Amino acid sequence: MNMISLNTGLIIAGILFSIGFIGLMIRRNMIFMLLSIEIMMNAAGLAFIFAGSRWAAPDGQIMFIFILTMAAAEVSVGLALVMQLYQKFKTLDTDAASNMRG
Amino acid sequence: MYDLLWLVPALPFLGFLILALFGKKLGKTISSWVGVGSVGLSAIITLLIGFQFLTDPPQGHVFAQKLWTWIAVDTFHVNIALHLDALSLVFIFVVTFVGFFIHLYSTEYMADDKGYSRFFAYMNLFVGAMLMLVLGDSLLLLYLGWEGVGLCSYLLIGFWYNDPANGYAARKAFIVTRVGDAAMAVGLFLLFTSFGTLDIQQILSAAPQTWPVGNHLAIIATLLLLGGAVGKSAQLPLQVWLPDAMAGPTPTSALIHAATMVTAGVYLIARMHGLYELAPQSMLAVAIVGVATLLVAGFAAVAQTDIKRVLAYSTVSQIGYMFLALGVGAWSAGIFHFMIHAFFKALLFLGAGAIILAQHHEQNMFKMGGLAKALPVTFWTFLIGSASLAAVPLVTAGFYSKDAIIWFAWSGPGGNIYLWLGAVFGAILTGFYTFRMVFVTFFGEQKIEISHYPKWTIHVPLIVLAFFALFGGFIELPGTMGHLTLFSDFMKSVLPVEMAHHESASLELFSQILTATLALLAIYAAYVLYLKKMEVVTRFTNTALGAALQSFFLSGLGFDWLYERLFIRPYVWIARINKRDFIDLFFVFLAWISRQFHYLFSYTQSGRVRRFVLGLALGAVVLLTIVVFL
Repeated sequence: MNMISLNTGLIIAGILFSIGFIGLMIRRNMIFMLLSIEIMMNAAGLAFIFAGSRWAAPDGQIMFIFILTMAAAEVSVGLALVMQLYQKFKTLDTDAASNMRG
Repeated sequence: MYDLLWLVPALPFLGFLILALFGKKLGKTISSWVGVGSVGLSAIITLLIGFQFLTDPPQGHVFAQKLWTWIAVDTFHVNIALHLDALSLVFIFVVTFVGFFIHLYSTEYMADDKGYSRFFAYMNLFVGAMLMLVLGDSLLLLYLGWEGVGLCSYLLIGFWYNDPANGYAARKAFIVTRVGDAAMAVGLFLLFTSFGTLDIQQILSAAPQTWPVGNHLAIIATLLLLGGAVGKSAQLPLQVWLPDAMAGPTPTSALIHAATMVTAGVYLIARMHGLYELAPQSMLAVAIVGVATLLVAGFAAVAQTDIKRVLAYSTVSQIGYMFLALGVGAWSAGIFHFMIHAFFKALLFLGAGAIILAQHHEQNMFKMGGLAKALPVTFWTFLIGSASLAAVPLVTAGFYSKDAIIWFAWSGPGGNIYLWLGAVFGAILTGFYTFRMVFVTFFGEQKIEISHYPKWTIHVPLIVLAFFALFGGFIELPGTMGHLTLFSDFMKSVLPVEMAHHESASLELFSQILTATLALLAIYAAYVLYLKKMEVVTRFTNTALGAALQSFFLSGLGFDWLYERLFIRPYVWIARINKRDFIDLFFVFLAWISRQFHYLFSYTQSGRVRRFVLGLALGAVVLLTIVVFL
């Protein structure tokens, strides 16, 4: 079985993270923003997995399970917020909910 | 019985606590039971203690009760301890007894007021603080009560705080008396550095050994104490606050600004009489302050139109008599006049309150008139009070107490003919302005219909106080008329007996007859001018000179005007200059720069989530750069 080198893995994780981050910044639809966050989290998880396999330590996988749990919790809160946003503003555009400016 | 002494101040304090903590929930009936009952119980205990004091006096005519130690630092000890002797007994009797009737009266006077329980809470706190003032065995405890009554005075003058004018009057009273209190505090420091204690009895017994008569420290200390007394008792030059203090509810004026608190200065000087005897110059100063005040206030009272302000100026004037008595060394005559004055002045204020209540809260007596028929009980009791204030000879208590002072102003240890002349002239003014008030208010035609007929809660206090205003004087009769000295014998254990330096019965009789005749003539003049020939007065006040005099006297001889220019404006001017000083510039700059940063940062709070994300990312990049490359 071909081992993918750590370098390659981290570059893939970095690309994934950047895609998610750019998506977060340029998207205005809240659903897509949540999706972008998921991608970023998975990128981070991927980096952990690669690091764990490189040093043959279980920590990386444990951290990934943590990240999965957190992502589940985050999605439940995030979706609740999406519902609220939609009920209040009849749109999913986050820029519409900008009335808390300083 | 003496062991119950601590209850006398404790009960009103307890009443205050209950009313202050639960006043809103208690409702009016229970509030009045707590408020009136606490003072009533202390009055009963005071009467029992007083009765025992008369029949079975304690050792040395002094009963001391140490409750606990308040402050103990090295050699400096202050106890919470009560000191009961003849002087404090007279004061606690007046405070609780007159106070009880004024509380009873207030249940009707304040019946429709929203702040009913708040009013009784303040009144109870006042009674408690006043009792601490007169019962405290050390000057520090006295000072505590002194400031406590000042606080209550402030709270009650500004009781109807919705009107800014009342708040202004309250602040004026507080600040003006504070001037005197500062002098008094310095006096206490001086006494402490000289004697190492603030215990009154220790100071009084140590003073004659430490200071010879005329010692300059004694003079300074007594003058500083006089400063405190002048502020609290509204004497020249700090008398300006009392007439404005009439903004408070009328029972407050009766209790605090006539019967008790304003006589605290008299108490202080009488209590420290041992020091004043070491400083004859200070005694003379006290007498001069008294005479000057009684004349100034007498003139001011002649022109007032507000019935309560007439009474306020007459209070200032009568306290002037007390100061005169103390200043010439007629100690017990001063205290005697205090007691009688408390009766008739409380009576007059309560009567005035009943009138104001019956006249739709109108206070200008020239808009009233003809109330004698409509309010018979109020009229007769008010007449008795006025007769006592004007010292109508033989039948009223005020005659005996004031006559003694006028005679001692001439014949007392520090008396002289000028003080006597001033006192006699003051008696003429008193008779005139008092009966001017009576004739204008009660006679002539009725102008406003009656809005409230007093019930028993107003009538009973009036009648009881009227009884004392008539007959209270018979316990001390002058040498020419029976020579009864029950009161001064009673005070002998505390205050030295006054010695007339020329015992002359014929001179005394001459003084009495002259004063009495002049007072009666003044009453007759008031009758002619204000009942029969009102047009003479009107014609006079319409001339340029008359109008000028009228407004000069109405303003209380222009003291407010003078102080406005002498103190307030320069102070405001300096404060305004000081506002832009160099050091402040730095702080103003600090405030300015932080406000600019505030505006700058508030732009970043756009409310757009994506901007926040960008900010986060930039922050993370900056932090990572720092961590990786530095």
